[in-house]
Amino acid sequence: MSNPEKTLQPVLTPPVKTIESGGLNYRGVWTLFKKELLRFWRVAFQTVAAPVMTALLYLLIFSHVLGEKVEVYPGVPYTVFLIPGLIMMSVLQNAFANSSSSLIQSKVMGSIIFVLLTPLSYLEFFLAFLAAAIIRGLAVGACIYLVAIFFIDLPIVHPFMILAFAFFGTALLGTFGIIAGIWADKFDQMAAFQNFIIMPLSFLSGVFYSIHSLPSFWQKVSHFNPFFYMIDGFRYGFFGVSDISPWISLAIVAASFFVLSLLTLKMLKSGYKLRG
Amino acid sequence: MIPAIKIEQVHKHFGALHALKGVDLTVEQGEFFALLGPNGAGKSTLINLLAGLIRPTSGHLSIMGHDVVSDYRLARLALGVVPQELVFDPFFNVREMLRFQAGYFGRGKENDAWVDEVIEALGLTDKAHTNMRRLSGGMKRRALIAQALAHKPPVIVLDEPTAGVDVELRQIMWEFVNRLNREGHTIILTTHYLEEAEVLCSRIAMMKGGEIVALDSTANLLNRLPSKNLRLKLGAATLPASLAGRLRTQDSDFYTLALDDVGQIEQVLAELRTAGIAIEDMQLLEADLEDVFIDLVGRK
Repeated sequence: MSNPEKTLQPVLTPPVKTIESGGLNYRGVWTLFKKELLRFWRVAFQTVAAPVMTALLYLLIFSHVLGEKVEVYPGVPYTVFLIPGLIMMSVLQNAFANSSSSLIQSKVMGSIIFVLLTPLSYLEFFLAFLAAAIIRGLAVGACIYLVAIFFIDLPIVHPFMILAFAFFGTALLGTFGIIAGIWADKFDQMAAFQNFIIMPLSFLSGVFYSIHSLPSFWQKVSHFNPFFYMIDGFRYGFFGVSDISPWISLAIVAASFFVLSLLTLKMLKSGYKLRG
Repeated sequence: MIPAIKIEQVHKHFGALHALKGVDLTVEQGEFFALLGPNGAGKSTLINLLAGLIRPTSGHLSIMGHDVVSDYRLARLALGVVPQELVFDPFFNVREMLRFQAGYFGRGKENDAWVDEVIEALGLTDKAHTNMRRLSGGMKRRALIAQALAHKPPVIVLDEPTAGVDVELRQIMWEFVNRLNREGHTIILTTHYLEEAEVLCSRIAMMKGGEIVALDSTANLLNRLPSKNLRLKLGAATLPASLAGRLRTQDSDFYTLALDDVGQIEQVLAELRTAGIAIEDMQLLEADLEDVFIDLVGRK
């Protein structure tokens, strides 16, 4: 099996201009993004249909129990008040779930190596995972919205605000998911992240109530919860009413996203828990 | 010509463990090179450093002239690694995985013909649309090899590619890898099957305890040891003390003695006659890479 007729000429492999010029490996980013999209789409019952069903069950139960008894904003029935909060909560939870579950799964199974061996830079890696998380969050939100407006009349006062909060909210939670996915070494740690951080923060953010209905101490505590600003600002887009100025909320959410992005990029650049 | 791989004074520490102790190694383009050593010798650490999966504590590694740390994008573009573990992504089929892998390296539809060629050469055509988790172990191994080749890298590292695979796959794989090597691809192989390295590789490095203890052409390594081994079955008798210096290995009642040349057979037979020991069976064997390995590294 020896090779006496070996050419000993350098092998000619096609160049990749974007990589050789030091530019963005846009095809690599697109491929990783597409793979991440397909990953959740292949299990759409679990990743899209299930959260839509959960949100609709919340809507059904809470509107049945409290629908006639509570009015949070003047002239807005409780059921209608509830929908934007439920949409945003699902959007945020699923954006987080997409990047975090993909990373922990590929780390545990070892298939993360297929990405780590490539010339994708830490920024390209971040962009692809972030974009997929945003799309998953928005897809779940859009499905809940479409099903909800089939039954309930939902106004839209500031569509730009809805889109802005949906974008920055999914981006923030997608980034947080990347951090969790990098940090966690096993599914147990990821479940702790989800159940002890994401769930309490989203449930205590004003999805089911306005923080003005809380005692003043808990109102103050709510201001330390980033989910509160995302829910409140997103709801403002529908009703034109909010607990605090939507511009302040947007600034806080956008700033949190940029700070968390810098932290994530720093982790990725250093190879923390990915490259020894 | 720029070396395919250049490793200069590379040290790697994992906490208190000094896994690599100043390794220097150059592999020229077009070589079929073997990296041998017992478990824990540092082979996988060296490969992981080349692949950028871990970073050196000190020293430099380059692939086709590109530093694996400072110029990692071009270094990785030039490298394809077949990992030792059977890892796979359970969401996709074989062809999808190969296209994704090529895509990460910036290759698009123009590369599809090469992907199809790799699929066919590795006998994966029937399984191209089968989900990775439904493949047998051997087929998963083929898919792993195909993934490493999907972007057509000039330098290919095969980390224990034949561990636990059947004869058919070995033949298919070596046929294809040999073809790639003939076409100019540089191949670096780690294996526990020393006969594979002996037959395939033109040069060999042997590692032990994080250091390279031998680096030479396969022919020169084989010439390092006495050229012959005399294997004797002596029944219940034990080897006379006068022949103990020649003893290479003992396996039950078989003794393997090292000879510098065939002329020394008569001397061994005379010693046995003097000791009154009858020979039940006798074989004259060529020294092989395993003998060199045992001599240098101590055990297989």
